[in-house]
Amino acid sequence: MTQEASTTGKIIKVAGPLVVAIGLPGAKMYEVVKAGEAQLIGEVIRVEGDNVFIQVYEETSGVGPGEPVYLTGEPLTVELGPGMMSGIYDGIQRPLNDLADKSGDFISRGLEARALRAGKKWPLRPLKKEGDQVEPGDIIAEVQETALLKHKIMVPPNFPAGEISFMVKAGDYVLDEVVAKIRTGGKEQIVTLSQKWPIRTPRPSKKKLVPNSGLVTGQRVIDTFFPIAKGGAGCVPGPFGSGKTVVQHQFAKWSDADVIVFVGCGERGNEMTDLLMEFPELKDPRTNRPLMERTVLIANTSNMPVAAREASVYTGITIAEYFRDMGYSVAILADSTSRWAEALREISGRLEEMPGDEGYPAYLGSRTAAFYERAGAVQCLGNDNRLGYLTVVGAVSPPGGDLSEPVTQNTLRVTKVFWALDAALAYKRHFPAINWLTSYSLYNENLKEFFEKEAGSGFGNFREKALAILQKEAELMEIVRLVGVEALSVRDQFWLEVAKIIREDFLHQNAFVDEDSFTSLKKQYLMLKTIMNIFEKGEKGIGQGKTVSDLLSGELKDKVAKMKLIPEQGLGQFEILNGEVEKV
Amino acid sequence: MLKTYTTIRDAAGPLLVVYDVEGIKYEELVEIEMQDGTRKRGKVLEASEGKAIVQVFEDIRGLNLKNSKARFLGKTMKLPVAAEMLGRVFNGAGTPKDGGPEVAAEKYLDVNGSPINPYRRAYPNDFIQTGISTIDGLNTLVRGQKLPIFSGAGLPHSMVAAQIARQAKVLGSTEQFSVVFGAMGITFEEAEFFIEEFKKTGALSKAVVFINLADDPVIERITLPRIALTAAEFLAFEKGMQVLVILTDMTNYCEALREVSAARKEVPGRRGYPGYLYTDLATIYERAGRIKDKTGSITQIPILTMPEDDITHPIPDLSGYITEGQILLSRDLHRRGLYPPVDVLPSLSRLKDKGIGEGKTREDHSGVLNQLFAFYAKGREVRELSLILGESALSEVDKAYLKFADEFEKKFVNQGYYEDRTIQQTLDLGWQLLALLPRSEMKRVKEEYINKYLQPSVL
Repeated sequence: MTQEASTTGKIIKVAGPLVVAIGLPGAKMYEVVKAGEAQLIGEVIRVEGDNVFIQVYEETSGVGPGEPVYLTGEPLTVELGPGMMSGIYDGIQRPLNDLADKSGDFISRGLEARALRAGKKWPLRPLKKEGDQVEPGDIIAEVQETALLKHKIMVPPNFPAGEISFMVKAGDYVLDEVVAKIRTGGKEQIVTLSQKWPIRTPRPSKKKLVPNSGLVTGQRVIDTFFPIAKGGAGCVPGPFGSGKTVVQHQFAKWSDADVIVFVGCGERGNEMTDLLMEFPELKDPRTNRPLMERTVLIANTSNMPVAAREASVYTGITIAEYFRDMGYSVAILADSTSRWAEALREISGRLEEMPGDEGYPAYLGSRTAAFYERAGAVQCLGNDNRLGYLTVVGAVSPPGGDLSEPVTQNTLRVTKVFWALDAALAYKRHFPAINWLTSYSLYNENLKEFFEKEAGSGFGNFREKALAILQKEAELMEIVRLVGVEALSVRDQFWLEVAKIIREDFLHQNAFVDEDSFTSLKKQYLMLKTIMNIFEKGEKGIGQGKTVSDLLSGELKDKVAKMKLIPEQGLGQFEILNGEVEKV
Repeated sequence: MLKTYTTIRDAAGPLLVVYDVEGIKYEELVEIEMQDGTRKRGKVLEASEGKAIVQVFEDIRGLNLKNSKARFLGKTMKLPVAAEMLGRVFNGAGTPKDGGPEVAAEKYLDVNGSPINPYRRAYPNDFIQTGISTIDGLNTLVRGQKLPIFSGAGLPHSMVAAQIARQAKVLGSTEQFSVVFGAMGITFEEAEFFIEEFKKTGALSKAVVFINLADDPVIERITLPRIALTAAEFLAFEKGMQVLVILTDMTNYCEALREVSAARKEVPGRRGYPGYLYTDLATIYERAGRIKDKTGSITQIPILTMPEDDITHPIPDLSGYITEGQILLSRDLHRRGLYPPVDVLPSLSRLKDKGIGEGKTREDHSGVLNQLFAFYAKGREVRELSLILGESALSEVDKAYLKFADEFEKKFVNQGYYEDRTIQQTLDLGWQLLALLPRSEMKRVKEEYINKYLQPSVL
């Protein structure tokens, strides 16, 4: 058999994104193929005797039986190197701006575009010299990719350890130039600025650690009540219109990760455009540089081919892992994983597999778990024992807001933070519409020390008290609904007032008001402390026979309500406010 | 050379299976010649070696398999488009229905369209004044948005859509919207209502109408929205027009899709709808928007009736996940004689934030909007409470909330079918209503706007 015959097969069936071919005895599972005369990119997902099943990442209309299929011999990979920051890619890492140059306003088929720019020169600074011993993961040079990010050039994880036999001098280099050679035994491996990695294989690390520092998001209900750890996994399920996307956007904007990867998976085109236009304008509150400089966007909008949607989350997480390996804290936001699951279901249906719950394939649970498990705090490869963090936050769009559906349930099993979005809160325009009674975070214990140190002492106590007050409010409201508020004791009425303050003046946060969009941990602490001071004073006052209006004058309530608008530079104002509380 | 086969051997619903075929392509157009010489069109749904599953777009009643022929046309479905389509009426397959001649094509476009590259999209942020307070004030529509009307059987969704089509304008521009109207499986009377309405206002000369009535072939409903949107894309992005696309009723479309899926014996998803319903709907709804450096735009107002008024039904549910908000009509408000019966609380416009405020509508818009929402939500809660406890048990503030909810529905929600309110009128009305409550309750509006706009209520 000639070389030609073993890598070229023939299509025998086309049904939507699924193509079946024969004559490919050399096909490997998950190998990338080019299908049809238009050479559409696809991936082998099943082999049955001579029949090779291929999921195609592009629209297949006009492709028919008899057309050729070419094997490429490689799994689906991403190209990793400088130039990814502030880029926007489709689900299989083709830059959307390059696609626009090639095919205009609409995306046509069979386009090829390299993920990274081959011609661009990058200023490189070597960190190792010839003769140094290196192992996989070692940082041998760095490139200032954007003002916010030093891109570390690492020895790829699949290289053997060895000695540097060649190292370039500081200077400007293009992507494919050899910057170093590593000799192991008699063999020499070359390192360029970029490396490739298959998207379905997690990038290795030395070991996983238990996450114990918090990812600060500036969102009060998240940081204070339901925090997520650096390296943790969380999910945001909610019916449409409850603000999933705004929560994800807020995360992308304000969380203190070094790198953000945002995967728009089967969502609206206009939302991605919004990010594209807004992020270059927004400044990182810590460094005052455009947020786009630390962000990679992956867009597979709902009308783009369904198979590429399945791949997009893996493309995203592999890019995220690569930055984690440099020793950064990375957060990946996937909006929405339900669309990814639906893509799985659609392809499974075309494969005529036996369906599980609601038509989803039986392997939905294991695939979901495997995806979220790629999150973590890790000791990276390399001999400097640096730590890297990969935080995963997935949005879930349960049909009809019904949390018992398979995607939500499978996600809840593997994520440790659950931000339950509540349609009733959204209707009241209480945003973020995260329900404080049903949400939870299992990182609270691990992060206790972190918050006591970073926010202020007593933070944990305040938090527990505040949650208890809200819990009590829910119980009291049941009674109020039956007998009216007048029937409650003064103490209970006071609790209701405090609960209202917590809800409206602390938890409610307006993403579209500058002073309110981001709240530092310090300010969150001061706000909560003020409310709790009022509560403590009130508790005492009631013992002495005071009424609710004595304790909470309209004037004081007004001031507390304006607390969220105190700018980050003016936190001294809280002392004045607390002084007034003391005088009551 | 076109190949003709006489090997149609299976028929099930709208599907035919043709055997011993060669060189066919997926989605290729097929012409079926029936025994009496009539021709029907269809497309290839599944192309295998020696076998093609063909979905016929038209009714195949009376088809005899033995004596019919299938001709594969070697091309995918294309729509002839031209500016002269304006003012014409077509059926679901794109053939003229008004007795006029075929359209002389300026161009042939693939009806499936291609996804707009998100990198080339321009973010929709031009306020459209519809003259309806509940939309302009609270769920603002912007140019390039897709905002469906979620309705129920018997609710006046057609009137709302017609009123929007009649009154819609972009502030500071005299350009009128061109309407592309796609009707799927609606009754003759409903279709007539729209056509009459367009005639009355003279909009028909700027409209392209595609109609598939309730007794027309079900299968044409599947191609109709794609044909309508292909025409809309041509007018918007090649002719630079502002296009308003009204599609009614999406529920009928989804049902037609379910019918085909069932005939193909596919694994069903929720309620028997195919698992790819989301993807399929997305390929329709996502064909709205604006493109950088182009003057035209496509704004979509699909109408769908929720079976049993159930918003969690797969059709409204999946639509809501794709569209940029929804306008929800409420049976309760309708029963109380209010028009348009928009239930503002579950209604939403996701794109409103960038389309309102200074320079677009008015500086206080966002604050007024949030405050009206918060007050009305609270007012509704109080109303429920008063049902149990009686009004006398309410506190003074709660009574004010109750009054607010009532007045809000009567004055703000309720308006005439021919009443065209400017955005200033809508916002001033909003302040009038806000004034029913004490100032200390107004936590969502900036202090300076309260000082500037709040006046003692005359309500």
